[in-house]
Amino acid sequence: MTTARRLAGPGVAIVALAVAFALLDASRQAFWQGLVINLAIFVILTVSLNLSSGFTGVFSLGHIGFMAIGAYAAAILTLPFREKALYLRDLPGWLAGVHLDQRAGPIPVGFLAATLIAATLAAAIAWLVGRVLMRLSGHFVALATLGFLVIVRVFLFNADSLTRGSRTFSNVTPYTNLWWVGVWALVVVYVAWRLKRSPYGRDMFAQRDDRLAAQAIGIRVLDPRLLAFVIGAFFAGVAGALYGHFITSFSPTVFYFDLTFRVITMLVIGGMGSVSGSVIGAALIITLSELLRRIEDATLLYGLSAIVLAGIFILIITFRRDGLFGQREVPIDRLFDPALWSRVRLPWGRRRRRAAASAGEPLPPGSGPDG
Amino acid sequence: MTQYVLQQIVNALSAGSLYALMAVGLAMVFGILRLINFAHGDLMMIAAYVAVFTLGAGLPLAAAIVVIVVGTVVVGLLMERIAYRPLRGAPDVALLLTSFAVGQILQNGVLLITRLAGLPVQIAFPSPELLSGVVTVGAFTVPKVNIVSFVAGVVLLGLLSFFVTRTTLGLSMRASAEDLVAARLMGINVNRVVAAAFAIGSALAAVAGLLFAIQAGQINPYIGLTPVLKAFVAAVIGGFGSIAGAVLGGYVLGLLEVLPTALPGIGDILPPGSVPPEVRLALQQWLPSSLASWRDAFVFIVLIVMLLVRPYGILGKPEREETL
Amino acid sequence: MDDEGAPPARREQPMLELHDVKVRYGNIRSLDGVSITVDQGELVALIGANGAGKTTTLRTISGLLRPWSGSITFEGTEIDRAPTDRIVALGISHCPEGRRIFGGLTVRENLVLGAVASPEHGSFRDDLELVVRLFPVLGERLGQAGGTLSGGEQQMLAIGRALMSRPRLLLLDEPSLGLAPLMVARIFETIAELKRQGRTILLVEQNVHHALDVADRAYVLETGHVALEGPAEELRQDPHVEQSYLGA
Repeated sequence: MTTARRLAGPGVAIVALAVAFALLDASRQAFWQGLVINLAIFVILTVSLNLSSGFTGVFSLGHIGFMAIGAYAAAILTLPFREKALYLRDLPGWLAGVHLDQRAGPIPVGFLAATLIAATLAAAIAWLVGRVLMRLSGHFVALATLGFLVIVRVFLFNADSLTRGSRTFSNVTPYTNLWWVGVWALVVVYVAWRLKRSPYGRDMFAQRDDRLAAQAIGIRVLDPRLLAFVIGAFFAGVAGALYGHFITSFSPTVFYFDLTFRVITMLVIGGMGSVSGSVIGAALIITLSELLRRIEDATLLYGLSAIVLAGIFILIITFRRDGLFGQREVPIDRLFDPALWSRVRLPWGRRRRRAAASAGEPLPPGSGPDG
Repeated sequence: MTQYVLQQIVNALSAGSLYALMAVGLAMVFGILRLINFAHGDLMMIAAYVAVFTLGAGLPLAAAIVVIVVGTVVVGLLMERIAYRPLRGAPDVALLLTSFAVGQILQNGVLLITRLAGLPVQIAFPSPELLSGVVTVGAFTVPKVNIVSFVAGVVLLGLLSFFVTRTTLGLSMRASAEDLVAARLMGINVNRVVAAAFAIGSALAAVAGLLFAIQAGQINPYIGLTPVLKAFVAAVIGGFGSIAGAVLGGYVLGLLEVLPTALPGIGDILPPGSVPPEVRLALQQWLPSSLASWRDAFVFIVLIVMLLVRPYGILGKPEREETL
Repeated sequence: MDDEGAPPARREQPMLELHDVKVRYGNIRSLDGVSITVDQGELVALIGANGAGKTTTLRTISGLLRPWSGSITFEGTEIDRAPTDRIVALGISHCPEGRRIFGGLTVRENLVLGAVASPEHGSFRDDLELVVRLFPVLGERLGQAGGTLSGGEQQMLAIGRALMSRPRLLLLDEPSLGLAPLMVARIFETIAELKRQGRTILLVEQNVHHALDVADRAYVLETGHVALEGPAEELRQDPHVEQSYLGA
């Protein structure tokens, strides 16, 4: 199986997406761009939460805490020198001089660096927190991670010099655009996908179904639950950085229960353990929220969207707890199935076939009518 | 100095009573159903809103209290019937998440209604005459509501204790909390027991809500969130699922909470000569002037430590594995 | 009393009848078509290996589990879809596997709970006396917490508790589990006494010797269905039963 064939499926998909994004970008329809960016960020959040909690069954309610860390850290790093002097006057010395707003041509590498640093910070904290908390299970770990969410919030409120406390952190440069979110979303989906099919992934799912049995079978050097938790937190940090540079102003209240519950709803609708489910779940909820918001604006019934979403959540959890897909994936992965593409005759294969035919050699696999 | 310490103790006891009242409701429901009802705090919030409307409408205090309690109990029973009963036997996390959803519905429902009524998000709370103002004993002033909170807590918890130990329904509830399957085999109607737990919990939350609103002076649809988190911590500290544990945890938490506010003043409190001057100086320098804002984080660190070290709390016993 | 021309007397209906009951635990068929009857005054034993479905059968009768198909009739009433509290009210008392007494409650409170479903209010004192007469040691420990009792005493409490509701049918699940041989003998003496008193009992037991000693009839369950049935003496002499169950 040639590499070309294996990459054909994903390649086509990515090219198609890229074309779609380019068209959207060029269209200058700010509303639709904003919607897609929002969607992509929530896809990252949902898939990373799935990774962190859905795969292993270890429910983390602190996910948005890592998002907050990512948002604040990245924003502090990229804030240009002048803004820092104006709005973050009390920054510790070593931070005050840092402003990752450099560009390499059209690409803001400073932003990329800031995102990576912020996400790594989130992951590092996740590692520390996870080492302590991963031994808990069930509602105990859910509550302990909830405690983490609250602690992060209190920290953000109190560390005035870093975060402006309860005041809005604003004037963040709007770096986030379709390309950044698109690439990151693809990355997180890919990572989650591969992880799910790897031995680690199998371990994670095994942990979820029967922890005792999984422990009896074998110990891996890196605890799968911790690994999932840390990777999930990393991408939550990425989502936070992207989000922060999208809405350009935020405060600690943004990263609390409402947002947590929204992402959980997306996760549950899609199915805990299904990567494609998370993508679809996020899309559904974002679309629905947008619709409901229109209705709210029209009827002045503010609060309606939250009630409807909560109602949907209860219905799903009562009647279809596995969500739309459970642990299965949408069979788009058939698109990526190399065997499917082996039937396609690539143009440069013709010369090889002719040469093989004239030399009387057996045809290379995949180039004949029988595949 | 004595005044300062006494002040803190009163604060601790008053807050402790409120936490205990809330935590007991959580513990009763958790004990029987293994459900952590995060919407419990929103019951408190609803009580506060009902209070605003009844007291604002001029109802005498006694009548208002009846309306408040009954109203809250009705909401609590509806909550159980509609959202939780269909999920009997579901995994713990599903129940927990559902309680989040219920909370969202209640919070936004109240938001919606107040909006439609033309009211702002944050409303001032009309404290009844009887419960506002201070009491002065010598050089020592205490807000009346704090004393009432403490007394109300003790009285109600005493009544609850009597109910739980001396009545058949109370006995059924204790049995259900210990072993639901065996309780069913006794012919106990689990639905009735669960409804009773919700009703009692809601009534206690209603009282706590009223007192809390008086203390806070203002209410909004989100005031239930932090108290329920803290009530939850209290229940865990004391021993989740045990009523006695919830009460103990409530008061322990009340005490723990005043520590961050009290500690910074310790340097001043300690009588001269009791500690070497270097230590006193160190204490004054190292403890930030106001740990108060870190109080909530402190509470949750305690929670996490408890969950790691002794998840079944001070009074609890390790949980048995349920096989059916 | 037979009159001339009157229809011949019908055989009495069994008190309890399970007909082709199937129960599923997820994807596992725990009971795969079990049919059992218990007549009034009988002591019927269910024996078989671990996992054969004995406890599942009792749980299905008392309503903790719902059958996938099949029917369960008790004194003419269909109970396969009924909730547990209704089944208990009809007169079935299930003394569960592992005793499951309320350790945090006193002996007296445990017995009070047993009487909660009693058809007659005000009979508590009499019922309590009955149980204490049967198990004198319980009478001595009325104020003690259930968790402080020994294994044998807990078993007595569990049985006593089940008797407090004046059951018409008593389901006993593995009463000998985890008890020393002396205590096991005492428990079975009590079971025999209960039978002499005319009670109807369905007994699930690992200890096949004792079970077949005290029972009138027995069913042997294997992987969810009835493999053998018949009077106790016959089964005791059956070669298959001897080999598989009476060996050790």
